[in-house]
This record gives sequence, C-alpha cells and structure tokens, in this order.
Amino acid sequence: MSIEFTLNGQSVRLDETDPTRPLLSVLREDFSLHGSRFGCGLEQCGACMVLIDGVPTQSCAREIATIAGHAVTTVEGLLHDGRPHPLQQAFLDEQAGQCGYCLSGILISAAALLAHNTAPSRAEVAAALDRNLCRCGVHNRIIRAVQRAGAAMAAGA
Amino acid sequence: MTTLPASLVDNPRLDQWIAFQHGHVILKTGKVEIGQGVLTALAQIAAEELEVPLARLLVVSGETPACPSEGFTSGSNSIVVSGSAVRLVCAEVRAQFLRRVAGELGCTPDDLAIEDGRVLRGGRDTGHDYWSLPIDLARPATGTAPARKPTDYRVVAKGVARIDLPPKIGGAAFIHDLAPENVLHARMLRPPWRGARLVALDEAAVRRAAGTPIEVLREGDLVAFTSEHEFAVMRASAAARALAIWEGGARPSPDAGETEWLMRQPSRDRVVETGSGAVAAGNRVVEATYSRGFLTYGSIGPSCALAEFRDGTLSVWTHSQGPFVLRTWLARTLKISPERINVFHRQGAGCYGHNSADDAAFDAAFVATRVAGRVVRVQWTREDEFSAAPLGAAMAVKLRAVLDQNLRPADWTIEIFSPVHAQRPGMNGSANLLGAEALPEAPPPPAEIADVPDAAGGGATRNGQALYDLPRHRLVHHLLADVPVRTSSLRGLGAYANVFAIESFMDELAELAGLDPVAYRLSLLSDARARHVIETAASMAGWPGPSDAASGRALGLGFARYKNRAAYMAAVAEVEVETEVRLRHVWACVDAGLVINPDGAANQIEGGIIQAASWALKEQVRFADGRVAAATWDDYPILRFSEVPEVDIRLVDAPQEPALGVGEVAIGPTAAAIGNAVARALGVRLRDLPLTRERIMATLLAEK
Repeated sequence: MSIEFTLNGQSVRLDETDPTRPLLSVLREDFSLHGSRFGCGLEQCGACMVLIDGVPTQSCAREIATIAGHAVTTVEGLLHDGRPHPLQQAFLDEQAGQCGYCLSGILISAAALLAHNTAPSRAEVAAALDRNLCRCGVHNRIIRAVQRAGAAMAAGA
Repeated sequence: MTTLPASLVDNPRLDQWIAFQHGHVILKTGKVEIGQGVLTALAQIAAEELEVPLARLLVVSGETPACPSEGFTSGSNSIVVSGSAVRLVCAEVRAQFLRRVAGELGCTPDDLAIEDGRVLRGGRDTGHDYWSLPIDLARPATGTAPARKPTDYRVVAKGVARIDLPPKIGGAAFIHDLAPENVLHARMLRPPWRGARLVALDEAAVRRAAGTPIEVLREGDLVAFTSEHEFAVMRASAAARALAIWEGGARPSPDAGETEWLMRQPSRDRVVETGSGAVAAGNRVVEATYSRGFLTYGSIGPSCALAEFRDGTLSVWTHSQGPFVLRTWLARTLKISPERINVFHRQGAGCYGHNSADDAAFDAAFVATRVAGRVVRVQWTREDEFSAAPLGAAMAVKLRAVLDQNLRPADWTIEIFSPVHAQRPGMNGSANLLGAEALPEAPPPPAEIADVPDAAGGGATRNGQALYDLPRHRLVHHLLADVPVRTSSLRGLGAYANVFAIESFMDELAELAGLDPVAYRLSLLSDARARHVIETAASMAGWPGPSDAASGRALGLGFARYKNRAAYMAAVAEVEVETEVRLRHVWACVDAGLVINPDGAANQIEGGIIQAASWALKEQVRFADGRVAAATWDDYPILRFSEVPEVDIRLVDAPQEPALGVGEVAIGPTAAAIGNAVARALGVRLRDLPLTRERIMATLLAEK
C-alpha cells in the first residue's frame, strides 16, 4: 500500500507492505531521521516523541497506516519562524543534558508547550514533560531551559 | 623517583596520548563518555597544559587501535587517574616543545611563552607552533615537567560547555544511530532467569510472527534472529520470548532482596576491627537494621552494538565502559586472537553502572562471526534490560552501638549482608558475558567470586566505615556469593545502603541523646572539610526548619565522604509526607578539591541527587514466578518531571586540593537526607528502601 503524509513540511509517499510498522521505524530506517529515539517501544518513556499535527505523540508503537494524511514533525524539522528552534540554543545555554538520549523527545514536548504558552511556570513545564523520562536527573536544567526559550520567543528572538 | 599515575605506567609513550594534526590537538584517552562529561574535563586539562583554546582539542576515546588502555571508566576515578596522566603528558609535551623552539632560536625556554599553540618571544610571534615544528613524541613520559599552577589556570576550574552536547540536541550522536549500508539487524533470545536452559522453541511460529523472512541462528541456548528489516526481528524476539520453554537454573523467590532473605543466604564472612577501648558493662546498647532492594540502572536507551567480521578481523562498536577489557574477553570467548579484534567506543544512553553494553557487544560479535562480511547490529529490548541485565545488589545493614555516659557511640559495629557489587568482564577470571554463558561449551562459572577489594574502595563495604570519631569500630562483611541474581556495579555500589544506614542511625542516636542531628554529628567529627560541608548545607537549607514533628513537613540531613577518601558531601532534604513522600527541595554542599569543570560537576551532582531520590522513593526490582517481575516502566517507575525536587548546590572552592571526582558522591547523602526528613516529618522511622506509600502505611499502622 502507499501512504502519503507530510514530514517536516514536505509531502512524502511511502510504499509500505506492512501497515502495522511503527512510525519510528519508518522515520529511522526509510527516512534516515535518527533524532527520534527508540527507548522502550511501549509508549512509556517519550524518547521517540514527534509532533503529529502539532500534538506531541509517541512514535514507537504508532502504526504507520494511521499517519496517512497527517503532518509529522521530528526534532530535525523543529523550526520556529523558519529558523532553528530557540529551545536548542536554550538547552546549550543551560547545559541541560548529560547523556542526551531523552533530549529530542523532550524538545518535541517542550516545543508544543511553548507554541501556546511562552511563559510557562515550573509546574506547567513539568506537566508538559511528564510523559518524558530522563534518567540522568537533568530535570531542573531542562525546566529552566524551556522557560529561557519561552522568554526568547516572547522577546521575538 | 616520581610515582606516575597508573594510566601512564600502562601507557608510557607521549604519542599514545597526544598528536598534533592540521591545527588540532588530538587527545587520545581510554576513558569513555557515559553521559558524565569526562571527555570535556580531560580536554580542558590538555588545553590548559598545552596552552591552546579548548576548541582546538579533538578527543578520540575508547578505540583500541588508537587509544591508551585504561581499564574501565567507573568509580569516579577518571579525573583522578586519567586526568593526572593527561596533565603530566601535556606538561611534558609543552616543555619539550619549548626546548626545541629555544634550540632553534638560540634562547632558553624561559624566554618563551605559548599562546593558542604559537610560541611568543618577548610577546612577538616566533613563527613556530605545535603544528609547524614537530617534536619526537615516541618516547616515554618522565612525569618530571612542571604542570601549570592552579592560580594560573585559564581553562581548568572554569565552567565550560560540554563538547559532546551539541550533536545530542536533535542530532544523531549515538551508537544506535550508526546506519551502515546493508546492515543486518539482530535480536537475541534471553533466558528469563539465571542459568536457564532452552528446552524448546517453536521456530516456525517465530518465523510466522516475524511477518518477513528471518534467519534463526542457534548454538546451545544462544539464539539470534536476523533480518535486513529491524521490525521483523523485533517481532520475532517478542514472539520467541512468549514461546520459548526453559528449565533449570536458579530462580529467585518473591522475597529476594528483603532483609530476612539476605540474612539467611549462605555467606563468607570477614571482620575488620579498628580502634580499641573497653566499654563498661551495663552501658546502653542501640541496634537497628536497614535495607535496600535490588535496583536496575534503567538507562532510557537499550544497549546496542555493531560488529563486522571481515578477512579474519573482528571490528566491534560498543558503548562498553571498558573497551580494552571487552576486547580481551571477546578474544577468549570467540577464540580469536586479540590482535585481530578492534573495539571502538561509541556513545550510548546514560550509564550508571555495569549495564548490558558488554553483553550486547558479545551478541553482535558472535552473530558477526557467523555471518562473515556483514555488519551486524544488535539492540536489546526494554524487557531484557529489566530482566537480563546485571542488577545493583540488595543489601541489609545492621548497626549496633554501645553508648558512653554522654550517649555517644563508644563501640560501633556494622554488619553488611550483600551479594557482590562487581561482575564485569574479566572479574573473578570470568568473561561475565551473558551470551557466552549460553554457548554449548561455556566454561563453568568461577568457583568463588569476590567483591571489590577494600583497597579499591570496596563493593558492599564501600562507605561501610563511618567517618565519625568512633573509639572502637567493627565491620562484619557477609559476602553472599551464591544468589540467583546477576549482581554488579550500580552507581555508588555499597555506599547507597551504608550511608543511608549510618546516617539514619546517627539521627536515631541524636534523638536518643536529645540533641539536634547536626550538632550531634559535629560533636563526633574532627575532619574540618567534613564539618564545613555539613555546616554549609544546614545553613543553605535554613536548618533546623519546621520543628514540630508530625506536621508532615521536615528537613533531614545526610553526610558522607565518598569511599572515605574522595569528595565530601552533605545534603539537606525537605519533604512533605502524608501517605506518600513529596520531596520538595534538596540543598547540598560538596567539597571535591580541584574541580575541572564546575558546571559539569554541578550537573553530575544535581543528577546524582535526583537519581538517588528516585531510588529512595520508588525503585526496587521485584520478583514473581521465579523471575524479575518488571518488563516495562509501569513495573519499575522512576521519578518524573512533576516529582523532582528543586536543587541547590554549593561547591567548595578548593583548587589547591587534589581533584576527587564527583560522579557518585550524591547517592548516599541524598538517600540519607530523605530518610531522615521522612522520619522527622512522620515521627516514625522507615528503615527499608524504597520509602514507598505501602511501607509508610504499614509503619504508621504498626505504630498505632
């Protein structure tokens, strides 16, 4: 079968024999987009998070057939006003990472939050990231980085 | 005679460490990045001594053909051992280079200075730099060139951005992201408990479940499924997991890891006594027993490895903590000469102890040797990460103090019941590679296994000796050598349970003496650096905080010097407890001597605090049906964003003191601070980790 969807702003078409294959598998193997990560395969850790029509969604168990006609944004396509997302600079500024494996999923969840709220409280950021696990314990730096990015967006950066 | 650091004794030649290429300094290290920022810190040391900006450094790490052999990256030792080697090497390279330039110019090295790798004389560029004037680095280091003085530091002891972070923010920085052409994907079938033998596997059913044709490779009890399509082998392994029938082996009981279980296991015992002094009969005796269950490291990314066997040479890409040791044991288990094996470290998800990285590397190497010419990629499943990877050892710690007239401990005994805390490749003369154990002619397990020696910081006994001024101290180590669980190193090893126990006990003794826990500790502590971190952490937190017990809100303090010879840390935790613990805030003061990258160190300490909080509040590997009862994150919850405390850190500025490493310093003090805060908030003490809702309810009910 043929599946058409929008991937990082481009229309794409996939000839897929297995409609139950997970979106993450398609992103990594067919499109060589390696930013979204396999963590658990069970929609529990958030390392594979992508935006589907702007909504943060786990891609590790999401069947590819259900993506037809939708818009998928991965961390590679995370732009703001056509430029690299302020989150990426803010994470470097705050040194908000240790091993880094969870970060692309967290950037996706955070971007969805900042799209409608550029001045989130600590509790609002935590709530938005609660489906993302981080094992290194970088949570506080990540929360500060999200708030910093929001401030930069509000200031028109 | 200068005593050289072990890394330099093992790898004496300067060119084993440093090369100059195309305007860059290549720093070669046997230590590996496991999320802790070590490559940045080592690069800082090299940049400092060579007087080049950090941006000129390129680090090659953990590649056996290119790098010095430095054992495992573990135990918070990298800065101490490898950092001092890099410092001596780079100081010597700089000195030799200056002598060479001075010879060219007919002056003395003292007339010269270096800036950005260029040599200046009287402030003017001499036209010589590291790249245009090669010097002979193929000679052994003497360790005699003077290193730069801490007061002159320009790169070291400054907070710098981690060099490995940019590609990890949205890029493809991990071993999982290597995508060679025509890669062959593999998944393994793992025994569901230790020593299980595979009785039957319906291969036809597995092939049907895969959907796409796969190959099944089986030797003994080791089974691999391979395909060009990753999802096909993922399906195959999920199906095989349910279909395989196993028997034999050792099956843990549901109470494995609990205090009574630990105390009834057969043990090898030894006693370490220090101090002396008779204690008058009739003095008050206090006893209490504490415990932690089995834990798993719980990396977010499952282990992954790639391997290729081509023209008789095996190449392996791995996130192992010990690439050189791994090479040795791959050679022995796969019967290939070590000279024909190259191991390349590539970064994985965070590593907080001995995880399945080495096992995955063996898996990939094994399959690669059976399909010569193909690049094989193995990835572990989440289920196997929980059930087949090494676990952090459960421990019971029994404390007994005979008090003097002033209710201070005069005679102190700590009894530690624990399986071993280290079974990495090569330890106890064994490969300790899961796949190798399943092969038909696998060597028998070692007759006797040992824990980490006390001289190396100890395993179960790590931080077992309290740092307080105790006239008489007795440590009894009950080594549980025959448990049905594969235990190995998890961040902090025995320090987690020992510090929790000792520091909980100190609070119990303080309460008995009617003294404030901070004041009581200080009355037993003559070490000035220890006193300083305790006083500072208490002051940061506004100690003693709310004083009414049973208000449900309280502060608690915990202290330790990691391994009793590394960094000092005191932590204060603020909790709110009703039926569940809500950890609000943690304040910590750390004295780690010279800190190479203060921001990196703070990041490690903050992370250690949150990980310790997660262990102390939530984590325990449970067992059911003779196997690990965790397959998903639902079965083994960890702290989430909405549950993390705010954290404030203060690092003691002590650049004149030797660097002590910080990776594991936070684990014990944080757990103890939380335990003490919970006891003060509830007015009742919980002595078994984790401090779950079930345990709080049971303790409260027992009090009524």
